[in-house]
Amino acid sequence: MSDTHAQTVAFVRDTMLPPEPPPVSESGAVKWLRENLFSGPLNIALTLLGLFILWLLFSTLWPWLSHSVWNANSMAECREIIAAAHGPDASGGCFAVIKHRWNQFVFGFYPVDLYWRPVLAFGALFLALAPVLFADSPLARRIVTGTAAVLTFAIAAVLGAGGLELAAIAVLLLAWILLIEMRGDLALVATLLYPFLAVWLLWGGTLWEPLMALAGFVIGFVIWRALSAYGMFAFAAAVLAAVLWWLLLSDLVARGIAAILPMRLVPVSSDQFGGFVLSITIGVAGIALSLPLGIVLALARRSDLPIIKTMAVLFIEFIRGVPLITLLFVASLLLNYFMPPGTNFDIILRVIIMVTLFASAYMAEVIRGGLAALPKGQYEAADALGLDYWKAQRLVILPQALKISIPGIVSTFIGMFKDTTLVVFVGLFDPLKAMSDTIRASFEWKGAYWEPYIFVGAIFFILCFGMSRYSMYLERRLKRDHR
Amino acid sequence: MKKSALFGSVTALALAATGAMAAEGDTLNEVKARGVMNCGVNTGLVGFAAPDANGNWTGFDVALCKAVAAAVLGDATKVKYVPTTGQTRFTALSSGEIDMLARNSTWTFQRDTDLKLDFVGVNYYDGQGFMVRKDLGVSSAKELEGATICIQTGTTTELNLADYFKANGMSYQPVNIDSNAEGEQQYMAAACDAYTTDASGLAATRAAFADPENHIILPEIISKEPLGPAVRHGDNNWGDIVRWTLNALVAAEEYGVTSANIDELAKSSQNPEVQRLLGTTDELGKMLGLDAEWAKRAIKVSGNYGEIFAATIGEQTPIGLARGLNAQWTQGGLLYAPPFR
Repeated sequence: MSDTHAQTVAFVRDTMLPPEPPPVSESGAVKWLRENLFSGPLNIALTLLGLFILWLLFSTLWPWLSHSVWNANSMAECREIIAAAHGPDASGGCFAVIKHRWNQFVFGFYPVDLYWRPVLAFGALFLALAPVLFADSPLARRIVTGTAAVLTFAIAAVLGAGGLELAAIAVLLLAWILLIEMRGDLALVATLLYPFLAVWLLWGGTLWEPLMALAGFVIGFVIWRALSAYGMFAFAAAVLAAVLWWLLLSDLVARGIAAILPMRLVPVSSDQFGGFVLSITIGVAGIALSLPLGIVLALARRSDLPIIKTMAVLFIEFIRGVPLITLLFVASLLLNYFMPPGTNFDIILRVIIMVTLFASAYMAEVIRGGLAALPKGQYEAADALGLDYWKAQRLVILPQALKISIPGIVSTFIGMFKDTTLVVFVGLFDPLKAMSDTIRASFEWKGAYWEPYIFVGAIFFILCFGMSRYSMYLERRLKRDHR
Repeated sequence: MKKSALFGSVTALALAATGAMAAEGDTLNEVKARGVMNCGVNTGLVGFAAPDANGNWTGFDVALCKAVAAAVLGDATKVKYVPTTGQTRFTALSSGEIDMLARNSTWTFQRDTDLKLDFVGVNYYDGQGFMVRKDLGVSSAKELEGATICIQTGTTTELNLADYFKANGMSYQPVNIDSNAEGEQQYMAAACDAYTTDASGLAATRAAFADPENHIILPEIISKEPLGPAVRHGDNNWGDIVRWTLNALVAAEEYGVTSANIDELAKSSQNPEVQRLLGTTDELGKMLGLDAEWAKRAIKVSGNYGEIFAATIGEQTPIGLARGLNAQWTQGGLLYAPPFR
């Protein structure tokens, strides 16, 4: 070190000062509070108002929640327990109604010893979806399938499935997971087969009925491939053959095979469905069907063929112009006038059809928004590559358009899932109102008003929030631009 | 291709619709072929129709469904309960989704004629009343001038209320509600001074309150609400079956036939009316297209009218309704079954 300055300057600092902590008002929580909550007279007033409202909510709700009773056999008993513990004037939630009747909120009037079937159908749904939803993330997929399988098995066991049933559940789940891990391509086929498995599990009866319904699709596909040289005629012939098969033959064949090899589960009729089993059945079916239908409608609306375009526009505008409840009333009441007496056109199926049509019209517009957002160059590039219409849509246009539309699509899904509670108006037992009112109609739970709403609302929130989070995950995954 | 398929299906639907009209009027055979009777009930009304924790329906109206099923099919469990709302109940009946409606529905002129229903009798004579908080200091409905009143929309009670206040030159402020549970909640939250609905419903509501002693049901009954089972117009035989099943339950009480002594009476009763009722002599059932023991089975399910009343809504139950108008004519009530002969 030089000592140049030793004589010229009286004092030179040769070490750095230790850093001072910033002033209290400029750091940490205080700074954040000052900047965000108390930055001016208006914000101070708003903050105080907000705190006051929070305090109001808390001071009214907290006593009610903290006095909650979970073990009682009637409202009267709840009131006694609360009065004994917190004084005669205390009020409190009587969540014992949930504990007592949770099975009806979840399963409706589904036979108690068959609860494992909807549980398995719901659990298997995740196995069916995982290869699609988590296509490029094996870790997430393994977490989802593993958790779903373990939970399904555990819940089925707790709900009293027999040994044989548990063994079958375990074999099915394990085989499916192995399939997903070993043969990803075949797992997609299993996903396509899932709806038929779910129908069989939920409604019971012989396995051959859903299988023969599936056979209709296979027949249509085979005919379409065989005649594919003839363009649109092949498609029409395939549709006709499938419809003929479903109307005339499939029932006979199913019954014929069932006589030899029954493969029967105890049948459960639609009026025994209720609660979340009903909501989820209608919701999942509606979601799964409305997406492809919505894509077709969106493409049809942008088509150059006037007839197809007009029909799509008419359909979409009609459906969007009519309230869902009107469609449900048509499904439940008006259709019966046109059916021959004694025909049993399942009410849940009717509702699923109407909900699907309703959601697909909205879906079509959401997807059309995505198609419209694509730069024209993408279409021209696809044409320049010599791709025909379907190939261009499949390889270039739709992957981009659907990606853009993800938030809108998931919004439609969530809205539709919540709309399933409207089936209360056609006499089905949705969990929110019909099931709650029905449970209140037993004298012991008369007066339990908020508790069922809170419980059902919480479950709806979990399911819808889950969908919403997944959509955000998907958006991050599919992000290709550098904005 | 598509168009012809569309035309084809339209034609098929039209044919089917004519078929539906032609086949109308044979509910009995339809029910027998189906093996199950579809009975429209309330989606849940305390005491009248409600499923328990295991999903089994019980209640005053449900008992009638069971009785008819026992008479027609010989098995009271062969009933499919179709829960109907205030809006769907009549359409469900006329569209054939249900065979009979036992859903505390008021028998009115317009429903009987214009809606093409047949009310086959009355199983509960109700009337519209008011419930108020005691500290309101009101002891008569005539003092409700200017009151806010919770009222369920789309029901006859709404119209009765308007009529009553108009007739007495009073004004009121309606608070529209959608269901009984909501009405209770609004009333408890003091959103309305008075809650009005059928007196049976008021009694059940009051009994379920934490403090029933603080609420009174005003003495005035402002309307007639004869609640009864209904069937479709145009199938008189089926209407007869439901009507006489109800009459059988009422008559059984009059003659002292109970679920306990019915087997014994069928063998040994000397009363010719009882003998005809239970099919010991004469075959009244044949005239309905049923067998001789139809009424015996119907009564056996849950007893006679009095037993059903006592078990579901009577004074021994928490709902605690007195017989009142619903007593036998011999006891000063309105129940009067026509003779079985």
